[in-house]
Amino acid sequence: MTYLILIFFLLLLMLAAAVYSIVQKDLLYAVIATGVISLVLTVLFYLLQAPDVALTEAAIGVALTTIIFIITIRNTVRHEDDYNKKDDLKSAIE
Amino acid sequence: MKKFIVILMLAALGFYLGQTFYELGFGNARFEHGVKDSYLEKTVSDLHVANTVTSIVVNFRGFDTLGEVTVLFLAVTALGGILYKKRHQTGARSVLFSSSSIVRSGSKLLFPAIILLGVYVFVHGHLSPGGGFQGGTIVATGFLLMLLAYKDFSVSHNVLSFVESFAGIFFVLFGLAGFIGGGTFLENFMPVGTMNDLFSGGIIPIVYILVGFKVAAELTGLIYTVLHEKD
Amino acid sequence: MDDKLFEIMQFGIYTASILLILIGLYAALTKKSLIKIIIGLSIVDAGIHLMLVAIGYVKMGTAPIFSPGFEDAAAKMVDPVPQALVLTAIVIGFAVTAVALSLVIRLYRHHHTLEIDEIKNLKW
Repeated sequence: MTYLILIFFLLLLMLAAAVYSIVQKDLLYAVIATGVISLVLTVLFYLLQAPDVALTEAAIGVALTTIIFIITIRNTVRHEDDYNKKDDLKSAIE
Repeated sequence: MKKFIVILMLAALGFYLGQTFYELGFGNARFEHGVKDSYLEKTVSDLHVANTVTSIVVNFRGFDTLGEVTVLFLAVTALGGILYKKRHQTGARSVLFSSSSIVRSGSKLLFPAIILLGVYVFVHGHLSPGGGFQGGTIVATGFLLMLLAYKDFSVSHNVLSFVESFAGIFFVLFGLAGFIGGGTFLENFMPVGTMNDLFSGGIIPIVYILVGFKVAAELTGLIYTVLHEKD
Repeated sequence: MDDKLFEIMQFGIYTASILLILIGLYAALTKKSLIKIIIGLSIVDAGIHLMLVAIGYVKMGTAPIFSPGFEDAAAKMVDPVPQALVLTAIVIGFAVTAVALSLVIRLYRHHHTLEIDEIKNLKW
């Protein structure tokens, strides 16, 4: 019975993180929510008796995907509604 | 208007998928004696390997692993080609200021432990859960930690290219040596020992060690290329 | 009681994986910023991997690793073939995401914006 409550709680957490990551406009928070999805997926793979797949998802989905996204966000925009950054800077100086 | 149409199409797709999976059932054994049973038998009797997923990935479906290693190599090459900069234009590292002293001393302590864990995971791939891909990514994560904590830590690009090419060529050479030993590409021609030994399973530990080195070198190179991309 | 619990769990995991695929597809089809589209594709990957591993589960099964002394326990193990397929799929999904994000960096340097409507309007 507690096993079942644990699995339902994990599935609800995963779906809430997925909805949050596509609704949120600040891209850094959306990327961290994608990392939470991969983390819950690792625990679910372990509960479905698949330890090799859980190791691979933990190493690739949580660590490497998040860092690649964060470096991209650093080199491009931070908010989803950022239009021409060059024009904004020019009008702010004038 | 467009969102409404998209939601309708996705609801129809979800309904169709849900009906298929409801009929499929969860947790039933579907066939009397299918592929799963013959693989599980042959792993113990023919190959003397304890981890079934390792024996499927390296031996029974080994050609797909060669394809996956090729796709990873092509992806890293394409990334290096897209973010191309001439030699005098290479920017400084994306990390602008050095981190605090807790991060610096902690990462100096953790770095050898992470490398040791990664090497243990890909050497013992045929005895316990693990293998080449898992161990290679753990080693790459260790290098990422050192690259983020110190401003002047660098890995020489030539060493990474050399290790990666060496491991890839030797994987294909082992496959071609299967023609001489047995009859087919990637055949298991070395002697299988007893189960649960370190040197059991023929060419399976050797191939997985080569794959582990290749994946670790590739992912370190990928992270190094992306981190040095700055205006 | 055990059978009812099992039916609820069956509904739970399959429904969650189908919902993940639908949420990711909605983000890939409707959003305007390029990075949101790539996040949506990454969520679709996660849903598909969960669905594949959940198909291979056997009731009260155990992990497909043999221990010394229990070499004939092959009848009680879960299916190892979908696990081998998902192992390859996770690595390839990450490689595709990395190449797509490098293209996004290159596009931003050229057009200075990341909305797909603006990029369609600019000719050069």
